[in-house]
Amino acid sequence: MNGDGGEVRRAYQAYCEWLRSVPPERLSEKHQQADILFRRLGITFAVHGDDDGVERLIPFDVVPRILDPDEWRTVSHGVSQRVRAINAFLDDIYHEQEILKAGRIPSTLVLNNPAFRPEALGLDVPRRVYVHVAGVDVVRVGPDEFYVLEDNCRVPSGVSYMMENRETMMRLFPDLFSQHRVAPVNHYPEVLLRTLRAVAPPGVSDPTIVVLTPGHFNSAYFEHAFLAREMGVELVEGQDLFVDDNTVFMRTTEGPQRVHVIYRRIDDDFIDPLAFNAYSTLGVPGLLSVARNGRVTLANAVGTGIADDKAVYAYVPDMIAFYLGEKPILNNVPTYALRNPDDCAYVLDHLEELVVKEVAGAGGYGMLVGPFSTAEQRSAFRTKILASPESFIAQPTLKLSTCPTLINGELVSRHVDLRPYVLTGETTTAVPGGLTRVALRDGSLVVNSSQGGGTKDTWVLEG
Amino acid sequence: MLGRTANNIYWMARYVERAENMARLLASTYHMSLLPASDRNGVRQWEAPIDIVGGRDDFLARHGEVTSANVIHFVALDPDNPNSIRSNIRRARDNARATRQDLTSEVWESLNQSYIDIENLSYPRIVDQGFPEIFDWVKERSHLFRGAIYGTMRRGQAFTFCRLGTFIERADNTARLLSVKWTLLTPNGTKPMAAEDYYRWGSLLRAFAAFKAYREVYSGIIEPRKVAELLVLRADMPRSLTACVSEVARILVNLRRDAPCTRLAEQMQARMRHSRIDSILRSDIRRYLNDFVVRNNELHGKIGHEFMMV
Repeated sequence: MNGDGGEVRRAYQAYCEWLRSVPPERLSEKHQQADILFRRLGITFAVHGDDDGVERLIPFDVVPRILDPDEWRTVSHGVSQRVRAINAFLDDIYHEQEILKAGRIPSTLVLNNPAFRPEALGLDVPRRVYVHVAGVDVVRVGPDEFYVLEDNCRVPSGVSYMMENRETMMRLFPDLFSQHRVAPVNHYPEVLLRTLRAVAPPGVSDPTIVVLTPGHFNSAYFEHAFLAREMGVELVEGQDLFVDDNTVFMRTTEGPQRVHVIYRRIDDDFIDPLAFNAYSTLGVPGLLSVARNGRVTLANAVGTGIADDKAVYAYVPDMIAFYLGEKPILNNVPTYALRNPDDCAYVLDHLEELVVKEVAGAGGYGMLVGPFSTAEQRSAFRTKILASPESFIAQPTLKLSTCPTLINGELVSRHVDLRPYVLTGETTTAVPGGLTRVALRDGSLVVNSSQGGGTKDTWVLEG
Repeated sequence: MLGRTANNIYWMARYVERAENMARLLASTYHMSLLPASDRNGVRQWEAPIDIVGGRDDFLARHGEVTSANVIHFVALDPDNPNSIRSNIRRARDNARATRQDLTSEVWESLNQSYIDIENLSYPRIVDQGFPEIFDWVKERSHLFRGAIYGTMRRGQAFTFCRLGTFIERADNTARLLSVKWTLLTPNGTKPMAAEDYYRWGSLLRAFAAFKAYREVYSGIIEPRKVAELLVLRADMPRSLTACVSEVARILVNLRRDAPCTRLAEQMQARMRHSRIDSILRSDIRRYLNDFVVRNNELHGKIGHEFMMV
């Protein structure tokens, strides 16, 4: 909230004044009200390996994270630029592979990567869009200095929290919204629907769209249901769909009905037991072959995982230069690829300064935050790294920006990141706002909800 | 609508209706148990809910003796009894959660709140509050759920399958409850009734919210024959078998006129329209009710086959 000199930053000035006029216990009351609201609305998520009941609330903080119009301009242009480059990259590597031929990205890094899907080679997708929905994780480390942590290009989640957090804040603090001009976010499902309609198979003017979920035991099920409801489309499971005569159908009370666009929230591995994991009961046998024939569109397309692979991440600035001929707007975090012996040696010598991540890890699992690690944790990681260096990358520990957060009735500062959602159909756009995640433990830099992180409403002020 | 979704919604409504009927059964049994009676009859009263709910062996293994406290615990709150009120509310809420996008937020929130409340309810709490409180609470939550459906849902398929589930379940419950209670209340066939019997028939009527209606329709002392007529054949009694079957038939005719399930419902309705209570009683009402349960279940199966791809 404060700048380097301790002064209140512009975006927070009005909020700060309001805060001074409010007795501290009122914030705590609002905090409790928010808790009750979320529970009543049933906004819960499941934590892996948690036995005491599958449903939890993600802790919600009532202090908003505020971005001024200039900051948002930088972030939104920056994340859109990355997604445009990534879509061009995916189209290229599944067709001509010019970027590999030009030697701008090592071929082995792409072609031998488990996230690269040979099944998608030569597969033409409408408008050449692969990543229709991306969630790009961004952190601010200084005034107007933003870094991208990762580009989530597979099935990014969390957007329902962006909307429900806003809904809740508007119920709790109507007065604040009359004092601030906050850009709305609740038209997101509308934009998503427009995006999905724009990528229907050729010749289909009024496509039937569905949301494909692994089912209600999935941790993001609430969100799948939420998006389907808000878009007014069916929420289907694999068992509701079947393939016949090179066409995808869903089983309805009126008999089989053709499906044209599938917003799928199931990973590639599980989406079609005939093409990928044969033991998957979540997917639809034969789905990929219908997609190959251009008779159904999958959003996101199959094979996008290669673009958010933690080792490929290092080359996104090269993609931006190669495909768009532009300079990257957002910084990449310098990344050491441990498959590279020099990098590996350096990282092993500097474990206590660096963040080490498993290439295939997600959700903050399998990660070492050097400055906050114990000697045992470091030595355990050292063993793992030496056993398979290619499975790891390392990055310097960034000084993430902080935001005031209510903990036990007191306002304290906690580290935050930001995940704006970028949609690509006819064009590429970012909805103003996103999901701000906050590390609730003092000093912690890990914001993932599975690791004790919470969320905040994100306000983009209109200029 | 997806067949699976229709099935989910249909069962959601069935579970809520079943929870309500369990509460009605317990309330009526509790009411009867307050009347002076021989001890033997008192125990038999409390066996009725277990007979209707099922799971007698499970009950005896875990709760032991048949007492009012044990039975109320087992039928109302026992999370390990798959047919307890608590389990029914949980399953209804699970189904609602799985098809939330097809429900209005009013319907979802009412059901989710019921779930949250009953999960926080302990047996000592309901002893403390008095049993009738919890029975009334369940009924109120069910009224709220039905009211939310009626008052907020578009008259589309989700609404339709909700209503189908409600009436199929209610018909089943009315038939079973009446069958079990009939045996209990007329031990010696048509022997003239003792004074206390009037109270028992009275509280049976209350279980179907039919006490006041009985007075309006028959304006006289309570007779088993008339109770049976009211609960089986009167089309204007919302919990009677005829009323439930007529609702189901009407819904199905609108949904798909020439489907096998629709034909069966219409047959059942026609047969009931031409039935007389005296001939039903002459040929044994319990057999009639048991046959009805079988036929109603057949109807349930045909509905699933026609619309839900099950």
